Amino acid sequence: MAVTVKIPTQLRSASGGEAEAVLDGATVQDVLDGLYALHGELRERLSDEDGSLRRFVNVYVAGEDIRFLDGLATPVADGAELTILPAVAGG
Amino acid sequence: MAVTHLQCKECKSEYPLEALYVCERCFGPLEVAYDHSRLAGGDTDELRRRIQAGPQNIWRYADFLPTTAYGRGARGGFPENTGGGGSLRTGLPAGCTPLIRADRLAQRLGLREVWVKNDAANPTHSFKDRVVSVATARARELGFQTIACASTGNLAGSVAAHGAALGLESYVFIPADLEEQKVLATGVYGTKLVAVEGNYDDVNRLCTELCAERDWAFVNVNLRPYYAEGSKTLAFEIAEQLGFQLPDRIVAPVASGSLFTKIGRGFSEWREVGLLDGETPKMNGAQAEGCSPVASAFAAGHDVCRPVKPNTIAKSLAIGNPADGPYALELARETGGSVDAVSDEEIKQGIALLAQTTGVFTETAGGVTTAVLAKLAQRGEIDPDERVVLVITGEGLKTLDAVRDMFTTHSIAPTVSAFEAGVPEAVAV
Repeated sequence: MAVTVKIPTQLRSASGGEAEAVLDGATVQDVLDGLYALHGELRERLSDEDGSLRRFVNVYVAGEDIRFLDGLATPVADGAELTILPAVAGG
Repeated sequence: MAVTHLQCKECKSEYPLEALYVCERCFGPLEVAYDHSRLAGGDTDELRRRIQAGPQNIWRYADFLPTTAYGRGARGGFPENTGGGGSLRTGLPAGCTPLIRADRLAQRLGLREVWVKNDAANPTHSFKDRVVSVATARARELGFQTIACASTGNLAGSVAAHGAALGLESYVFIPADLEEQKVLATGVYGTKLVAVEGNYDDVNRLCTELCAERDWAFVNVNLRPYYAEGSKTLAFEIAEQLGFQLPDRIVAPVASGSLFTKIGRGFSEWREVGLLDGETPKMNGAQAEGCSPVASAFAAGHDVCRPVKPNTIAKSLAIGNPADGPYALELARETGGSVDAVSDEEIKQGIALLAQTTGVFTETAGGVTTAVLAKLAQRGEIDPDERVVLVITGEGLKTLDAVRDMFTTHSIAPTVSAFEAGVPEAVAV
C-alpha cells in the first residue's frame, strides 16, 4: 500500500533534500519505519529512545492529527498522505 | 545589542538570528538568547534610568527585545531614525497600558490587593500588538515584504493593522467560525483575509505548511521566537508600574502557553540583571473547560498535553494543541501556581464581575482569567495579603455575543410616569 510521506523543510538535510517519500505500510509506525530505513538519520530526529515520537513532532494522516486517531498504530490507506510537521507554531 | 543567537529550548543547539523556529536536530522550539552581562556597565540604577527615559511604548525595553534596528545607539540613546527598522515613532506603538488598582474586585473576592493589567488598551485592543510589534520589526530587519499569521482573532487584527501602518502586505488566516466583530475589525485594514474551514489547529497546520512554500514572515510560525519575546514586556511593565517590584501572583490566560511562559521569563530576566529582587510570582494559568489541554495535564500530573478539539465561547483561547503547553506546566509547577479551567457560564460571570467592579469590559478570554481568579480566591489558595495581578488581554467589544441577554433594558415611553412605572427601583423618595 503506497503512502506519500511529506517531509518538512527542517528535516530535509537528513533526507538528502527530498520533500517526499513514497513508502509501503499498513500503519503509521510501518510507514515511519520505512522512512527510517530510507533515511537513517530521521529516526533520532523524530523519535525518543523508547521509539515514541518526540513531543514537538506532529504527524497527520489525511490532515488529522494521529493523537486523535490510534497514534502510531493508526491504519493508513493506500494512496494516503502522511504529513510530518513541527508542533511549535501558533498562539 | 544584547541579543546573541537562537537556541533550542530542548537540546540547546544554537542557530543564527534568522527566520527559524524549529531545531533541526530534535524539532524543539527555538528561543532568543541574550547576553545581558554588559548592559549599562552592570549598573542597575543606570539601567533603570535608561528604561524610564525611553518612549511610552514597548521599545523602552529595547535592551531586552530581539531586534537591532530598534536597539539603542552606541551612546545608549534611542536613535530617531534607524537603518532597517525605521523610526521609533512609525508603526503602531504598543504597550504602556494601564495597571489599575481594583479595590472593589479585591473586596468582592475577599482579597487585599488586586491589580488589573488592561491590555485591551493597545492600538488594536489586545496584547497581540506587543508580539506583532516585535515580530514585524524583526521581519523588516530580515527584509520581508509580507507578513502573515494563523489567528484566533486578536492576532488577525493586529497583523492587519501593523501591515497597514508599515506598508507591508499581509495575509491573515482565521477559522471560519470566528466572531463577526473580530472579522470586521481585521478586514477593515485592507489585509488579505482567509477564512479556513476548520478550527484554529487546522489553520495553524495550514500556515505551518504554507510557511515552507512562501517567502513570508508568518509572525507566529517562522518569526515565532521573536514574536513571543514581545510578551515579556507585560512583565516588565507590571514590574515598572509597581515601582520596580514583583507582584506575589499573576493570573493570566493560557492558549498556546507562549504569553504565560514569557511573562515568567520577563520577570526572571529582570531578576537576573538585578532590576528586581525576590522570587518569580506564583503563576496561575487560566483556560476554558471547552479547551483545557494544559489544565487537564496539570490536574493529572502530566508533563505533556494531550490535544483536544475546542468547544468554548472563549475562541481566542481555543488552541487544542498548545505549542508551549509543556513549558506552561513547568512554570506553573515551579512557581507554586496552577492551571485551572472554568465553564462557559463562569466565563460570562467573569466578564460581568470585572465589568461591574472595575469598569473594564473584557472579551471572553478576560472572562476566563477573571473567573479563574475568583475560583482561586474561593478555594482559599490566595493569601489575603498577596499582591495579585490579573492580566486582561482583550476587549469586550470584540465578543459581544457573550454578554447578550445578561441584563435587562428598561424600554419606556418618554414620560416621567412611564419611567417611574417601568423602572420602579428608581422612584424618587
